[in-house]
Amino acid sequence: MIIETKDKTKRRIYPKEEVCIGCHLCEVYCVLAHSGTKDLIKAFKKKDKPTPKVIVEEKEGYYITFALQCRHCDDPLCTKACITGAMHRDDKTGIVVCDEDKCVGCWSCILVCPYGAIRRGENKKVASKCDLCLDAGEPACVQNCPNSALEIVEA
Amino acid sequence: MRYVIIGNSIASCGCIEGIRKVDLENEIVVISNEPYHVYSRPLISYWLSKKISDDKIYYRPKNYYEKYKVKPILGVKVERVDFEKKKVYLENGEEISYDKLLIATGGKPFIPNIPGLNKKNVFTFIKFDDVKEIDKVICDGMRAIVVGGGLSGLKAAEALTKRGCDVTVVELADRILGSILDNEGAKLVQEELENHGIKFILKNSVIEIIGDDKVEKVRLQSLEEIPADLVVFSIGVVPNVDIFKDTQLKINRGILVNERMETNIQDVYAAGDVVSAFDMILGENRVIPILPNAYIQGEIAGLNMAGEKTKYDGGFPINSIGFFDIHMMTGGLVNPIDGCEILKRLEEEKKIYRKIYIKEGKILGFMFINSFDRTGMIVDLMRNKVDVSNFKDRLLLDNFGFLDLPKETRKEKIWRS
Ligand SMILES: Cc1cc2nc3c(=O)[nH]c(=O)nc-3n(C[C@H](O)[C@H](O)[C@H](O)COP(=O)(O)OP(=O)(O)OC[C@H]3O[C@@H](n4cnc5c(N)ncnc54)[C@H](O)[C@@H]3O)c2cc1C
Ligand code: SF4
Ligand code: SF4
Repeated sequence: MIIETKDKTKRRIYPKEEVCIGCHLCEVYCVLAHSGTKDLIKAFKKKDKPTPKVIVEEKEGYYITFALQCRHCDDPLCTKACITGAMHRDDKTGIVVCDEDKCVGCWSCILVCPYGAIRRGENKKVASKCDLCLDAGEPACVQNCPNSALEIVEA
Repeated sequence: MRYVIIGNSIASCGCIEGIRKVDLENEIVVISNEPYHVYSRPLISYWLSKKISDDKIYYRPKNYYEKYKVKPILGVKVERVDFEKKKVYLENGEEISYDKLLIATGGKPFIPNIPGLNKKNVFTFIKFDDVKEIDKVICDGMRAIVVGGGLSGLKAAEALTKRGCDVTVVELADRILGSILDNEGAKLVQEELENHGIKFILKNSVIEIIGDDKVEKVRLQSLEEIPADLVVFSIGVVPNVDIFKDTQLKINRGILVNERMETNIQDVYAAGDVVSAFDMILGENRVIPILPNAYIQGEIAGLNMAGEKTKYDGGFPINSIGFFDIHMMTGGLVNPIDGCEILKRLEEEKKIYRKIYIKEGKILGFMFINSFDRTGMIVDLMRNKVDVSNFKDRLLLDNFGFLDLPKETRKEKIWRS
C-alpha cells in the first residue's frame, strides 16, 4: 500500500508573464475540460458550470497578465489546514486534489495557500483548484494557450 | 520500537503521517477515550445543522488505520503515564510501554463552577458526543442560551438557529469574537447574526441554572432571569493536562515544547491544542488552539520521533470562519501594539472590512470580512516576514494578487517550487 509523499507529482505549470496577452482562453478551456461535456456552448450553459481552476491576473493600469495554477507543493499547506480531509494528495497520481463531496466550503485552504491558487466555486460551494487535468491527460490550459504563455515543467 | 500516541484527533493524524514518511515498519498505537474513528471537531456544528451526514464527519477514510499500520485503542482513557518506566496505564487496567510518546490530548471545555450545572439539557460544544446529545433533545421553537460569543459559541448558535431554536448568546466582553475581531468587525458580524434572529446579551454572564430536573431558566450576573430549555457552554477551551498534574512534565497553561515538539522529558513529545508552542509574531510560547497548527505540530513531532530532525518554525493564530452569509479570515494580532501602523477599509453597506497592522514593514495582523479571496498570500508574507512597505496600500484591495507585488518578489514567489 502506498503512503502519501512516496509519489508526489513533479509536474508544474509555469506562466511566462511577458508572453501572456490576457485573453483568458486558459480559463475558458479549463471550464470546458472540467464540465463533463466536449461542447463549449453546452459547457458554458450548464447550471453547475465549474469555476475555472486557473487564475488570470490583470489589473487596470497594469498591462502584465499571467495565469497561475496550483503548484502541487511538495509540502502543501492546503492539505494540512483542511478541516475535513477533502484536500488531499491523490495516491495514484501524486496530485493535490479536492474531494468535492467532502468539502464543506470553509475556505481554510484559501487561508493558507501561499499562491492564492484556490478559488471559491461559483455554483457549488466547494474549493476549486487545478488538478493538472487528472482525467484528460495534458492540461487544457497549456494546450490551448494561443501564445504558449504556459508551459509544463517536469522537475 | 513502539510509538504511542495519546489522543486520536488532528495532531495525532499529523504525527502518524509524519512517522510514516520515514518509518513504515514500527508499531504505532493510538489511544483515545472517544470511541470514534478519527473525526474533525470543527465539523460538529455542520453535523448538528444537518449540513453533513454521519459519514462526512470523519477526518480520514475508513481504511486509515490499516493503511498507516496503526493499532487504535478507542473508547479507553489513559489514566496516567509513568515517564520513568516509559509506560502508559489505561482505565481498563491495561499497561502499554512506549519508546516514543506523543501527548495529543487537545483541549477540554472551560466550564465556570456555577450552581445548577447538573440539570438536564446543559451541554458543552466540543466533541461528537456533545452534538449527538443535543440532537436527541432539540426541537423546533426551543429557547437556547449559548454562553460565550467566541468562535465555537457562535458556530453553536448558528447551528441551533438552523435547527429552529430561538437562540440568545450571552457574552462577558463588550463584543463578540473578541479573540479575532475588533469592535467594528464584531459589529458587522453581530448585525448579520441578529438578522437571522439571534439575540445578544453583552457584558453579562450566566451565574446560575435554575429548574427542577431540566433547565427552566438561567440567572444572569445582572440578576435578570431568562427562560431557557437548553444551555450550551462555549466559553473557551483549556489544554487537557489533568492526567499530568503532579508529574515532572513542564506545563505553563499548555505543555511546553521546543522546536522539535519535545517536552522536557526525554522521548516524550506533545502537539496540538494541548501545547504552548512558539508564536512567531509575539516571539514567545503560547497556546494557539487551531486545526492547522495541530496538524503541522503533530507532523513535526512524528518526523522527529522517527529520527528525522526537523524544526517547527512557529505559528500564529489564523482563522477562516463564516456564519450564514458572512465570512471572515483573520490572523495574527487583533489589537494594535505601540508604533504599529493601521491600514483600514470599511464599506458598511456591503459589509466589507479589511484591516491590517504593520510594524517596521512587516504585517503583524489582519482582519478581512467578506473580502478574502487570496488571503493565503498575506499569511505567506507574514510567515516569511516580507517587507511590504512598497506595496502596503494594495493589501487593502479585494483582488490583491501577485500583480501587486514588486516584479522581483513576484518572480521569486511564482518560480519557487
Ligand atoms: C466547534 C469547534 C469548531 C472549530 N472550528 C475550527 C476551525 O474552523 N478552524 C480551526 O482551525 N480550528 C477549529 N477548531 C479547533 C480544532 O478543532 C482544534 O484545534 C483541533 O481539534 C486540535 O486537535 P488536537 O489533536 O490537538 O486535539 P483534540 O481535537 O482536542 O483531540 C484530543 C483527543 O484526545 C483525547 N484525549 C484527551 N485526554 C485523553 C486521555 N487521558 N486518554 C485518552 N484520550 C484522551 C480526546 O478525547 C480527543 O479525542 C474548532 C473546535 C471546535 C470545538
Ligand atoms: S493549492 Fe496552494 S498550497 Fe495547495 S498544493 Fe496547490 S499551491 Fe500548494
Ligand atoms: S474549503 Fe473544502 S478543501 Fe478547503 S479546507 Fe475547507 S473543506 Fe477543505
